[in-house]
Amino acid sequence: MGEHGNGDPRDSGAVINAGDGESGQYAVDDPGLPPHRPRLADEDEKTAKRSERQVAVLFLVSIIGTVIFFIGYFVVGHTADLHEVRLQNTLLGLGVAFAMLGIGLGVVHWAKTLMPDHELVEARKPLRTEEQRQEAEQIVGDVLEESGIKRRPLIRNTLIGAAVLAPLPAVVLFRDLDLSEDFGPERMRHTIWDEGVRLVRDPTGTPVRAADLTVGSAMHIVPETLLDITDHGEKLAEKAKSVVLLIRMDPEEIQTVSEGREDWTYEGIIAASKVCTHVGCPVALYERHTHHLLCPCHQSTFDAANEFEVIFGPAGRPLPQLPIAVDDEGYLVARSDFTEPVGPSYWERGNA
Amino acid sequence: MKALSQKRRHPFAGVALLLLGLLVTGGLYAAATTINEAQASSETQEYSASDIDEGEKLFAANCASCHGINAEGTDDAPSLIGVGAASVDFQVGTGRMPMQMQGPQAQRKPAQFNDEQTQQLAAYVASLGAGPSVPGEEHLDAEEGDATRGGELFRINCAMCHNAAAAGGALTEGKFAPSLHGVEEKHIYEAMLIGPQNMPVFNDANIPPEDKQDIIAFLKTYESQGTPGGFALGSLGPVSEGLFVWSGGLALLIGAMVWLTSRSS
Repeated sequence: MGEHGNGDPRDSGAVINAGDGESGQYAVDDPGLPPHRPRLADEDEKTAKRSERQVAVLFLVSIIGTVIFFIGYFVVGHTADLHEVRLQNTLLGLGVAFAMLGIGLGVVHWAKTLMPDHELVEARKPLRTEEQRQEAEQIVGDVLEESGIKRRPLIRNTLIGAAVLAPLPAVVLFRDLDLSEDFGPERMRHTIWDEGVRLVRDPTGTPVRAADLTVGSAMHIVPETLLDITDHGEKLAEKAKSVVLLIRMDPEEIQTVSEGREDWTYEGIIAASKVCTHVGCPVALYERHTHHLLCPCHQSTFDAANEFEVIFGPAGRPLPQLPIAVDDEGYLVARSDFTEPVGPSYWERGNA
Repeated sequence: MKALSQKRRHPFAGVALLLLGLLVTGGLYAAATTINEAQASSETQEYSASDIDEGEKLFAANCASCHGINAEGTDDAPSLIGVGAASVDFQVGTGRMPMQMQGPQAQRKPAQFNDEQTQQLAAYVASLGAGPSVPGEEHLDAEEGDATRGGELFRINCAMCHNAAAAGGALTEGKFAPSLHGVEEKHIYEAMLIGPQNMPVFNDANIPPEDKQDIIAFLKTYESQGTPGGFALGSLGPVSEGLFVWSGGLALLIGAMVWLTSRSS
């Protein structure tokens, strides 16, 4: 190897030089590689020295970067003051950036200016001989013979049995990863809203009277039963499905009330799921005069005066509405769960 | 009943009926005004008659062309009867009113009226019908509020429109939720109370005054502390950050590639 590249700057180092391929066989001959052009540092010792210094400076930058990192880590940012945290973040980031970039840029600059830049071709290594191959085969045969696996079928068969059975625990363990009973499509179909469940404010958990909402008001609501769930993960999972936006508009501005929904609202108070029917972002950007509800992710717009009909954007169906009523004590309660699954469409959802 | 129907042609029957009618009307009126007074007494500010007079003159000169000569509203602008002093203090105090031009929504600009004139206008509009009054000082002190609790309330009630960093955001058809940085405590409070323009109302039954104070405390703390993460790029999230990385970062990568593959001179 390396026969053609000995590092002499006057030698092009190319395996095939221009004109080597002149055989008359092709219309255009292989032009080969361009002749080697020496760099400034190859010929001028002063330039080489300067490049050397530049590389060293870049490595020094890396050293300083590491020092900056440790200053940021150990010296700064041990108070609660956010300004100091900000300074710490800056020092950590810049320190690591300089430490890495200094080494990287330095090595590249070193290779580009000072290391030999001739091209060379490494010839393919010769293949192994037939003898060596037979020797390897012999070793495998000897091992099989000495282990006696052919002569002692009892060992062989029990080994096969053990090897087949050993992976089975893994199969059983992986089956536990299937949480479709907990998080499957059927769980998406229902929320914890139910008949008589009070509407309470998020996050304070106080119940709501109809009189608390003036025309134009908007409230962020969760079911009262959510407060009883103690497990944090469970609570989040249920909250994600049951969040509701409660708004009040002038009852005369409600334009559409379809059959069966006549008693779903209370004197202009309307409750709707906050989960977008497109991909499930929280829809809560409510404009009180236009009655538009805007989803911030993909600009789906729902019209609260027309049963949350989609008037713009990619959402496929209206936001599910929560039927509400007032209980004996004057607090707002749900009449039932949502009558359709909340959130985005999914395969098992059906047309409900 | 028989005796009554026999006496219905009595010469004094008409007079008696008239008296009865007057008594009923007067009684109802008295009851109604007491209720109104009860509402008005919850307001913190009392305006003098001269304030109302001056306010009426200012209103006629500056506002009546859109809101109508008696603030009854026109096709161009809503009625101001019953919007309360807080609405006037917010809209005029932040320069949103008088509006520069018709558009999707009135925008913040330097206030056109001084504090006294704003108060006079507020006095006049408050005299037209009961409405939310200008909040007193007791719930405006950010130092007194709990910023952590305010942050939670803000993220649930406000952040969807105003952005988690209160940097504002777009709504439909050219409307937008403005940035809340640099907004006076009083105006933040009033905006929640009245729901200006398309903002929903967050009255005291929904967010009690103490909670409003917590929200103000959160906003002011956020404003004074700044962001710990370096360049906020307008706190607009993936839009501005994406633009920065895709343009700046890609240019940097291409530059590095050109340098790596170029030959040293």
